[in-house]
Amino acid sequence: MKLPSRRATAFAALVLSGAMALSACGGDDGDSGGSGGGGGGGGDSLTMLPKNLGNPYFDTSTAGAEEAAEELGISIEEVGPEQASPDAQVQYINTAAQQGVAGLIVSANDPTAICDAINEARDAGTKVVTFDSDTSPDCRDLFVNQATAEGIAAKQLELIADQIGGSGEIAILSASANATNQNAWIEMMEAELESNPDYADIELVDIVYGDDEEQKSFDETEALLQNHPNLKGIISPTTVGIAAAADYLSTSDAKGKVALTGLGTPNQMRPYVENGTVEAFALWNPGDLGYLATYATKALVDGDITGEEGDTFEAGKLGEFTVEADGVVVLGEPFVFNADNIGDFDF
Amino acid sequence: MNAVKHDETPSAGEALLVEPSALSPGRRALTTVLRSRELSIFLVLVAVVVVATAKNSGFLFSSDGWRNFLLNPSILVLLAVGQAVVIITRNVDLSVGSVLAFTAYLTGRLFIDQPGIPLVVVVLLAVLAGAVLGLVNGVLVAYGKVPALVITLGTLYIYRGVVLTWAGSDRINRGDTPADFQALGTKTVLTIPVLTIVALVVLALVGYYLHTARGGRELYAIGSDPDAAVLYGLKVRQRVLAAFVLSGALAGLAGVLFAARYGAVTSSTGSGIELQAVAAVVIGGVAIFGGSGTVWGAAIGAFLLVTINRALPTIGIDPFWQGAVVGALILGAIVLDRVLAARQANKLAEARDA
Repeated sequence: MKLPSRRATAFAALVLSGAMALSACGGDDGDSGGSGGGGGGGGDSLTMLPKNLGNPYFDTSTAGAEEAAEELGISIEEVGPEQASPDAQVQYINTAAQQGVAGLIVSANDPTAICDAINEARDAGTKVVTFDSDTSPDCRDLFVNQATAEGIAAKQLELIADQIGGSGEIAILSASANATNQNAWIEMMEAELESNPDYADIELVDIVYGDDEEQKSFDETEALLQNHPNLKGIISPTTVGIAAAADYLSTSDAKGKVALTGLGTPNQMRPYVENGTVEAFALWNPGDLGYLATYATKALVDGDITGEEGDTFEAGKLGEFTVEADGVVVLGEPFVFNADNIGDFDF
Repeated sequence: MNAVKHDETPSAGEALLVEPSALSPGRRALTTVLRSRELSIFLVLVAVVVVATAKNSGFLFSSDGWRNFLLNPSILVLLAVGQAVVIITRNVDLSVGSVLAFTAYLTGRLFIDQPGIPLVVVVLLAVLAGAVLGLVNGVLVAYGKVPALVITLGTLYIYRGVVLTWAGSDRINRGDTPADFQALGTKTVLTIPVLTIVALVVLALVGYYLHTARGGRELYAIGSDPDAAVLYGLKVRQRVLAAFVLSGALAGLAGVLFAARYGAVTSSTGSGIELQAVAAVVIGGVAIFGGSGTVWGAAIGAFLLVTINRALPTIGIDPFWQGAVVGALILGAIVLDRVLAARQANKLAEARDA
């Protein structure tokens, strides 16, 4: 039997990270945990610890981190486990602490399992920044969050409005009916459709659930098209849903007539963007995420920021960022992938 | 029912157990069809299509609608045919969903890891892999003397575990397979999708074999009364083994079809589809305790299940009710089965006592 290629471990990581990102930014208790460990750093070297190695999503974020490190004139080393299991990262955190690295950038496989190890590292003076997937707020200095729920909802509406020319019937293909993050986005989109005059001519006619299963999402797309002959566009804020919907559309009469957007990964969506089924879709750019996390860590190490709410720092080409409540830094609006840029990404 | 032909023709002196029918073959065939349970389930299918089409003509009379009507059930038809053969022998194969996932993933991996591999080779390997997994089921059931329900429930999890270990969080995307294979998923010949043709050819072959061949009739005999079949000297083990190999092989073929149709394969592909296959078989009039029913019925059952799922939203019924409707169909089919069996038993008793 062949070894599994890790091509789309990224996919799982992405789904997980999406969920975690949202749960993280859902928290609103004002007190921050960025109390910080004392003591000086061990020179300007950082350690990058993704969920696992050989994962295209994290290869992209590490490339972004390396770009930032080069600009900052510091060194960064990537280490990590083969498998993204909850406690596999502990040994790497311990090693980093023993080496006395100045900063550790980690995407947590588990919100609590690595906390003890992280706290030991922080006691030894290492600054710890989580990105993509957070730990409990009290065991890291900062969390670099890829996107907020508001940003995700707004971007998807913007894309669909643009693709259908600002008026017509649209529908949403969601994951399961009780998926918290999906429902939060859908509620925000509904509210925005109600209140924003730009969307006055857009009518949301149906919400269906594909349960994040290819076949179900595929069949639900078919039913949508059948039951709403005047449908102009579909939003699918789930990577499984948008790929399945694109697949159905690409072989149907509705190809080119019904627009489709949502949250997807470039590797899954590439064939549909190339054959014209999908014009543009959104997600965050993991490269920017790694880039920002590196700048944030450097700012902590230098003492420019402490992780308190309201701290600001510069992050090279991405501009200035402000630390929000709970020590969260948000990358920004979701990134839009289209035929022009999809070739630059492999995750 | 379930008649097994004697090896030697009765000698001239021996009285015939059953008089030849006085009706002409044409009339006989007509009565058989009219009285068959397949017909009633077929009429339900027609009714569903008529209602849905009346509500929205695109349900059938649009190129997408017509294609999907024929195409969507093709995978389930294959599984239902294999399942029917197994159930007719008074067994059940719950592992088909996991087998389908295994071969669907295998299909994708073969295309990725062996660029340029011919489609025929991929299909053969997938069918072979399915047959081997079916063989494992068959050996355990036929020689282990453990009920098939337990064995295949076990292999359902084991095979799924193998797929999980193999695929992990990896997945096959549409772009990973060659363009001509992708096109196969929706290709049509004279408006009939190729995948449907594959399913119908398999259906015809298996149906013909069950109806006419000695081996096919023996499957019914085994399902009617396994002990009697042993006493009679039928090769029960080999036949049951063969039924499981066939079910596995068809699930393997279904995996290739799945990869072609849906493009995306993950480790959770096809979970739960085994129950749909059993449901299709039961709705199609195959007795769950074996010995009667046809693969034609099972195939119509599969068409009905898939078509109902497509039709309910069109008719305006909340998709959350889909499960309930399918459940009602299964219960209806079972009740009908019991009523017919009781009536038959009464008739036979009367005939004996007369």
